[in-house]
Amino acid sequence: MTQTLTPAPATQATPSRRRFRIGGARMMHIYTWLLIAWLVLPILVMILFGFNDPQGRYNQTWQGFTLKWYGELFALPDLTDALIASLAVAVVSSLISAALGTGIGYALGRYRFRGAGATNLVMFAAISSPELVMGSSLLTLFVSMGVGLGGVTLTIAHVMFSIAFVATVVRARVVTLDRAMEEAAADLGATAWTTWWKVTFPILLPAIFSGIMLAFALSIDDFVITNFTAGNVQTFPLWIWGSTRVGLPPQVNVMGTLIFVVGVLIAVVANLRSRPRKQQD
Amino acid sequence: MTTSPPHHAASVRPGTGQHAGHPAIEFVGVRKDYLSHGEAVPAVKSLDLAIGQGEFFSLLGPSGCGKTTTMRMIAGFEEPTAGKVFLDGKDVTDVGPNKRDVNMVFQSYALFPHLNVLQNVSFGLERKKLAKSEIKRRVGEMLEIVSLTGMEKRQPKEMSGGQQQRVALARALVNHPRALLLDEPLGALDLKLRQQMQVELKRIQREVGITFVYVTHDQGEALTMSDRIAVMNSGLIEQLGSPRNIYERPASRFVAGFIGTSNLIDGQVSHVDGGVAVLDVAPGERVLVPVTGQVQPGRALEVSVRPEKIDLHRTMPHDSAASIVSGVVTEVVYHGTSTNYTVATSAGSDFVVFDQNAHDAEDVASRGERVFLTWAPQHSYPIGV
Repeated sequence: MTQTLTPAPATQATPSRRRFRIGGARMMHIYTWLLIAWLVLPILVMILFGFNDPQGRYNQTWQGFTLKWYGELFALPDLTDALIASLAVAVVSSLISAALGTGIGYALGRYRFRGAGATNLVMFAAISSPELVMGSSLLTLFVSMGVGLGGVTLTIAHVMFSIAFVATVVRARVVTLDRAMEEAAADLGATAWTTWWKVTFPILLPAIFSGIMLAFALSIDDFVITNFTAGNVQTFPLWIWGSTRVGLPPQVNVMGTLIFVVGVLIAVVANLRSRPRKQQD
Repeated sequence: MTTSPPHHAASVRPGTGQHAGHPAIEFVGVRKDYLSHGEAVPAVKSLDLAIGQGEFFSLLGPSGCGKTTTMRMIAGFEEPTAGKVFLDGKDVTDVGPNKRDVNMVFQSYALFPHLNVLQNVSFGLERKKLAKSEIKRRVGEMLEIVSLTGMEKRQPKEMSGGQQQRVALARALVNHPRALLLDEPLGALDLKLRQQMQVELKRIQREVGITFVYVTHDQGEALTMSDRIAVMNSGLIEQLGSPRNIYERPASRFVAGFIGTSNLIDGQVSHVDGGVAVLDVAPGERVLVPVTGQVQPGRALEVSVRPEKIDLHRTMPHDSAASIVSGVVTEVVYHGTSTNYTVATSAGSDFVVFDQNAHDAEDVASRGERVFLTWAPQHSYPIGV
């Protein structure tokens, strides 16, 4: 199969090889569409069932089209509270991780210092260790310190697992940043503080923004660690998990759809803004 | 080979501004080591240097010779391990780059990618908290000097390399620095543009009258633009002088080889006649070198002669007042304005000869032919005497 995917040089294209090449191109098309379907189908189902009009408690078979769930989006106070709690935790934790992670990422990308290796190791551990382990150990930590579980512990936990992602994204950008850029700012009379805010930070901003988005996404759909550290706070994923046994209301699908749409919009806007403009001579 | 300023002891005056009597930049006993795996590696071994007001001064040398480190010590990005750096007679050794009245054009230009041309060029003046109207006036003026008027709103990435280069130049010069530092600024440009910018830089320097310190490994560039050149090699200045002086009177084998092409002859003095030493290289052949002072017969001399000073003959010329060396042509390369011959000589080494194509429609000699090379005594230069 592999040789059919290798385009034959045009000069050597005998009829049989040519057929192979077209076959290869078609294979690529089928492969690509299968992959897209695989990724998108679950999302489409989620969106579709937000328009379903189920007769019973279970929103699992298609029974007719309706827009009423969009109208009654906030009809379930518990669900609305859970969504608000999730959004609040996601916003606060992603901003805190952005602030802390940017500092770590910049330091790791820019300077060689004692402890840099250890920091990298800790970050890798935070990214790679199983959520169950982190969740349970966070629970142990909070309980043994006598800290009551709730919004604060939840936010601390989310910041903890998000920082490493922000730092990694920012570090990758800092490594490619021309050091002369900051020297130029200093050369032109800028203090270290001014250099950071007028030059370094604006240049790193797209990377920091990516980090925030990543942290936000991680936070808003985290279940495992949240389950250990949330105490009485109900977040969106926790509420859904609790409702699956009694049947999910279609509002869940609508909220999922809206979160998805906002995410896609942000991605599209960011993509358009970062598209390089044509270079002129 | 370095000029040592005699007045440096008295030059530490607090709160001084510009003093006409002071050099723009001065290094006194400067040494710079870098730490590499716990070991001190010298980048600049010993530097005593004074660069005058309004001078176009080049630091020339191969990579790793210490020229960039020297420049970075002027800018304040590197601190000397020992010694002092003065700007306008003021000790700035411990002063940070943002407090030094010099500006730099970086090799990579280092334009701020998130700012447009206007904002890039205004950056330095905004740090000085100048009035908006004053900033606008000076930036406009500077953009005119570098021929970028009308491009204020462009982003750096929308501009060509040559234009970015001009933005970098304007961004530095608009601050009216005591000295402008240029770190191989033309390296990224193609040949045609590079030559244009050389002329342009010289014009701008005349217009603004600021001291330019130019770091380059390109000897052609340094010769074309500089008032004076310091040729550096392994952390030391090998020779300091005018372009003509350095080209015509190389002080060392390194300088002779690094600046242009040199033909080097090793020989022993057979006798000295009226200030001209005669080196016998082969029967009927000789190299004449003007010497000053006492040169004893038998002394070994190393002589440099530039390729364009040599005449090429197919028959033995009868000129007793010139150096004569014979050889066999091994290579003929046509260069348009000149033809370059490589000649294996009886003096032992290969000679390169540039023959101007002023009159000859055809090559003077062809490969394999026996030729005679002659040049006037004053074009022989003894190295290191």
